[in-house]
Amino acid sequence: MRSLFKIGVPVVAAALALSACGGTKGGSSSTAGGSKACDLKIGFFGALTGDAANLGINIKNGAELAVNQYNEKNADCKVQLVTFDSQGDPSIAPGLAQKAVTDKKLVGIVGPAFSGESKAADPIFEQAGLNTISASATNPALSENGWKTFHRILGNDATQGPAAAKYIKDVLKAQKTFVIDDSSEYGKGLADIVRKDLGSQVAGNDSIQQKQTDFSGSVTKVTASKADSLFFGGYYAEAALIVKQLRAAGWKGTFVAADGVKDDGFIKAAGAAAEGAVVTCPCLPPDQAPEFATAYKKAYNSDPATYSAEAYDAANVFLDAIKAGKTKSADITSFIGSYDKKGVTKQVQFNDKGEPAHVSVWAYKVQGGKIVPDQEIK
Amino acid sequence: MDLLINHFWELTITGLAIGAVYALVALGYTMVYGVLRLINFAHSEVFMWGSFAAVWALMAVGAGKASGLGLAGYLVIGFVAAMTVSALIAMLLERVAYRPLRKRNSPPLIALISAIGASFALSELMGLRDKPLGWFNLENLRDYLGRPRENLPLPLQIQTKAVFPVFNYDVTNIDLIVLLSAIVMMVILDQFIRRSRLGRGIRAVAMDPEAAALMGINRDRVIRLTFLIGGIMAGAAAMMYLLKIGVTRYNAGFILGVKAFTAAVLGGIGNIRGALLGGFVLGVAENYGSALFGSQWKDVVAFLLLVVILLFRPTGLLGESLGKARA
Repeated sequence: MRSLFKIGVPVVAAALALSACGGTKGGSSSTAGGSKACDLKIGFFGALTGDAANLGINIKNGAELAVNQYNEKNADCKVQLVTFDSQGDPSIAPGLAQKAVTDKKLVGIVGPAFSGESKAADPIFEQAGLNTISASATNPALSENGWKTFHRILGNDATQGPAAAKYIKDVLKAQKTFVIDDSSEYGKGLADIVRKDLGSQVAGNDSIQQKQTDFSGSVTKVTASKADSLFFGGYYAEAALIVKQLRAAGWKGTFVAADGVKDDGFIKAAGAAAEGAVVTCPCLPPDQAPEFATAYKKAYNSDPATYSAEAYDAANVFLDAIKAGKTKSADITSFIGSYDKKGVTKQVQFNDKGEPAHVSVWAYKVQGGKIVPDQEIK
Repeated sequence: MDLLINHFWELTITGLAIGAVYALVALGYTMVYGVLRLINFAHSEVFMWGSFAAVWALMAVGAGKASGLGLAGYLVIGFVAAMTVSALIAMLLERVAYRPLRKRNSPPLIALISAIGASFALSELMGLRDKPLGWFNLENLRDYLGRPRENLPLPLQIQTKAVFPVFNYDVTNIDLIVLLSAIVMMVILDQFIRRSRLGRGIRAVAMDPEAAALMGINRDRVIRLTFLIGGIMAGAAAMMYLLKIGVTRYNAGFILGVKAFTAAVLGGIGNIRGALLGGFVLGVAENYGSALFGSQWKDVVAFLLLVVILLFRPTGLLGESLGKARA
């Protein structure tokens, strides 16, 4: 029987050690480079583990693909992608950002992925002059801080929110809409815009918490309100449970959510309950960028997912800057400011606030267990 | 406020259903505290492993849409799988994490740290469950595991039906299954503790370990039995949780464990009937709270309730101690 104990302790110790490995790979030494600017780095900042890890991994893959393609063409002067795993957590993000800005070889960050962590980390990047291009943070307020280093390559919730409201009103022709948010920077911001745009059509409101699993209180409110549609501002982990529990309670309306729900994890967890759900996203369907889709599929053995293509474009902006010999913070900022080139998602161009100049929002639908493009919301 | 009044019965019954899950998990905390004076923080992971066992067992038998007799069969498979695995994990936990410490007469704090460590270990092992596939070349099993850090859904699909009305609310078949199975488990346990010889042994050890030992009760056996029963109850709770919530994940135990522990304290830690009452009260209070103030306030309401009750009844609703609770 002692042997069991002997096995048990190492197993416990090993598991604890493994659990501690969720940190970063990046942020190493910062020795001065040679005359030619080589060995430069691009960072990815976002969740690679944690509740919404899939969204982060998709973005990292897109950026990685761009870097790998660049390295194939420029084998003598390679660029390295370093990852900063924030777990999507605003309380972890500032520490990681502090670590990132000490790396003098880092020319730019693709990220931070989510709005909450962006709010926490971007001031540090701004102070240190490290340029960021987020492929996914959509809270409108982020670009209102006067940060020079802040850029994002997709439409913010001030375009996505109204588009979602428009879809609910014009396409679904819904009469009563219930709105739920997850109390996060992203979810609440988006839901508030939808609430405002829908006006008197809003049949009721509720706020949930992230990581909540039992939604019987919300379900009662939704069914009691007799709403024919529901908008959820939040991420896919909670969305799947909400829609599942709503359907179990016999609610028949249309479930509408935004880009944070556009992930296979939503369908995997919700199963049949996800069928017919509508997801809006300021991102192009993959068939609009076939070359990128093929290359991505070859590299990762799966179709490009939400914001992979945006991350690819974002990384390419930095790669072009490196190619043009820009390594100083201010040079890169002005390089991005005057950038105007066709990417796989759009004509990539930024305005003086760091917002993209060209934006389109698409509606997607869950059909036969897959998220398929429905229509562009105009 | 209107919502609470108009949908009082709906909120009460769905709250009782989730409260039943809290109550069964709370039993594990309360019984172990009774005999060992130890808060077994790893008990939440016993629950979590049971929920995975139920999902995998039902995947293995190809459960899908079911009703009638087929559904009953799947439910039995799910419950048995979850209860077996939870019981095994609970016993293993006692053997690996607690007994060696007890044999060395370590101070209680050491056992508490051991409990927290075991909790992390069990949870992270599940969170890293896809790693061994690569080592043993079992890639074809990947579909079973799901993404390791994500929700894994219960394959069993039950068409929700209204069964019978309670005032203005139609109780659904799922809530009925959950509540009935919980009540059956509770009655069996209560009778077992009150009437059987082994149950008397548990009560004796809880009341006075030394006197119990002098009367010829094998303390180690009683402790093992306590963990076994706690595990079985957590397993049943895991299957009920799956029916109610629909998915599980590697960290599903954490919040549920906190709630169940709260339920145990609410009812009076060490007191079996107290844990049951505490679970139900907590589940219902959360639902009322989310109806009154919005769902994000449900935890605040639940814990405020705990504080208020402890202010007036410091030993919980039914008072502490397993031994003295019922004779």
